[in-house]
Amino acid sequence: MRAFALAAGLGVVLLAGPAAAPAQEAGAFPKQAWPFEGVFGAFDRASAQRGFQVYNEVCSNCHSLRLVAYGDLGPGGPGGGLGFSVDEVKAIAAAKQMPDTNDQGEATTRPALPADHFVPPFANEKAARAANNGGVPPDLSVIVKAREGGPDYIYGLLAGYKDPPADMKMGEGMNYNEVFPGHQIAMPPPLNDNSVTYADGTQATISQEAYDVVNFLAWAAEPTLEDRHRTGIKVILFLLAMTGILYAGKRRIWAAVH
Amino acid sequence: MDAPRNQSKLVRWIDHRLPIFSFMAHELNEYPTPRNLSYWWNFGSLAGFMLVVMIATGIFLAMQYTPHVDFAFDSVERIMRDVNWGWLMRYIHMNGASFFFIVTYIHIFRGLYYGSYKAPRELLWMLGVVILLLMMATAFMGYVLPWGQMSFWGATVITNLFSAIPIVGNDIVTWLWGGFAISNPTLNRFYSLHYLLPFLIVGVVVLHLVALHQHGSNNPLGIDRKGPQDSIPFHPYYTIKDMFGMGVFLIVYAAFIFFMPNALGDPANYIPANPLQTPPEIVPEWYFLPFYAILRSVPDIWLLVFTIPAKLAGVLCMFGSIGVLFVLPWLDTSPVRSSRFRPVYKWFFWLLVIDALVLGYVGAHRPEGFYVLMGRFGTVYYFVHFLILLPLLGKLERPRPLPISISAAVLKSPPAAPSGKMEPA
Repeated sequence: MRAFALAAGLGVVLLAGPAAAPAQEAGAFPKQAWPFEGVFGAFDRASAQRGFQVYNEVCSNCHSLRLVAYGDLGPGGPGGGLGFSVDEVKAIAAAKQMPDTNDQGEATTRPALPADHFVPPFANEKAARAANNGGVPPDLSVIVKAREGGPDYIYGLLAGYKDPPADMKMGEGMNYNEVFPGHQIAMPPPLNDNSVTYADGTQATISQEAYDVVNFLAWAAEPTLEDRHRTGIKVILFLLAMTGILYAGKRRIWAAVH
Repeated sequence: MDAPRNQSKLVRWIDHRLPIFSFMAHELNEYPTPRNLSYWWNFGSLAGFMLVVMIATGIFLAMQYTPHVDFAFDSVERIMRDVNWGWLMRYIHMNGASFFFIVTYIHIFRGLYYGSYKAPRELLWMLGVVILLLMMATAFMGYVLPWGQMSFWGATVITNLFSAIPIVGNDIVTWLWGGFAISNPTLNRFYSLHYLLPFLIVGVVVLHLVALHQHGSNNPLGIDRKGPQDSIPFHPYYTIKDMFGMGVFLIVYAAFIFFMPNALGDPANYIPANPLQTPPEIVPEWYFLPFYAILRSVPDIWLLVFTIPAKLAGVLCMFGSIGVLFVLPWLDTSPVRSSRFRPVYKWFFWLLVIDALVLGYVGAHRPEGFYVLMGRFGTVYYFVHFLILLPLLGKLERPRPLPISISAAVLKSPPAAPSGKMEPA
């Protein structure tokens, strides 16, 4: 069994090439100030909505977001949603075709509904591999929580594409990235200046797009984050008061013993 | 057993047939407790509290969790997103494991510092070690349930330890897995056992408390209570002190739950388990790191005629590191309990604390270069502490004189008493 696991592991490492080779340090990526961090942290909904546009128009061509439903974007979503109205959510969903079966049991598609989860770009894993040089683009639902460095890492990665150093031998189809462990990443640079046109007039630079999409993905990874922060403040304040009262009680009860 | 005072007729009627009221009065109101317990004595009741928290939140999580390799990861995320207050239940439970171990480790080191394992509390201590072992098994299997990358590969590493057993090892591993690889049967049985073991822990905790109440708590002086002047009733003195300590503990615990719930976890466990892709590094949760370091530090051991392969030796040492705790009451030959009166042991106690921290640090890194050396040194020192230093210290160390009684030592105006008399503990 061990031999099998070893062989399987080794095989994967060889197949995936340098990208998956262990013990390769990630490049340095600077710490950014994110609006959802800190005790009072909350999502910047304007930025996260722009980030949804970036995901929708760019990332979603290869990356699924299978844990998120279209309805989550609207007011009924966990944590109160991303600020889209019910009608906007319906329109966003209706623009996607959802695989389904008709009453004759034949495979068909229909416009997606708010209750549907985000339609994945590929029908299955084999289709994803066939379209992506043998690799599967990871699902982005919890990607912000699934990487060391979280939002800073994702941001650094998206903005970290550079020309490789002259002395570096790049694998075939690989791209140089300052932040990716091993610096060779299969994903081509996903963002360019003006990859999207923002409706609110924000200048769509690479760093702006990366910032916005990380805000969106941070929301997607944990839409209940604001509930957590708000509840936490109340709980801590209550505990401080309760502990103070208990301390006074302890002093009083023990006064006679000391 | 005296019936409680101020009782109503109904209480008296019940108590005559089912003495729960006199039992509670006896174990809480009258239960004599040393008057000098420090805040280090809060951690036992905190551990009991954490056990209740884990069982309570776990039962709610179990109502929403799906123990199937295809659905486990998504069902946990569903709890986070779509179940009302599900994120709170999960973060309490997930961080609860860490905090359960924090309070338990402090509780254990308190016992080591004050010699709480010595006669007549040997069985109390050994039951505690059983609880620790059950906790470790429960925590390990619970970590597998979300079926992330670290769940899967952690389970792979740990179950493979049993393959180190000569001859039957591989068959045992297949039997544990319920198949030829870690798969759905493995997840199902881990879920079943993860639900069962906490109730076994409750059972052993009851025995732990029975043993505790037989002779009462040890105390910072490590000397026996000599009379009523040395004791105070558990209630209200230690109920209020435990509750205040619990408030302080809850503030720290809540800070993690609400503001850094993933700080103690590995990001890789938010990647769904993939049997075909080994993560760059397989690291257990922080509370297992010292044991993981011992496991990975041991090389092939050459005995005169045969060799114990490194893997088997590592497994033996890892289990041995808990095994020595079982026999600790007989390894420590000193008649004095508290480190306050053991000037030499006190230093070795802190060295052991440092050793455990060093091993934890080593466990978080790949066993390469300097870490191998540090891990080996830390492992050897751990066993030297228990197997060589403790037996020798009892013979060589000259303890400081013990106070004649608890009240004499702690009261501001002690009853006139000769000091400097050494008494056996």
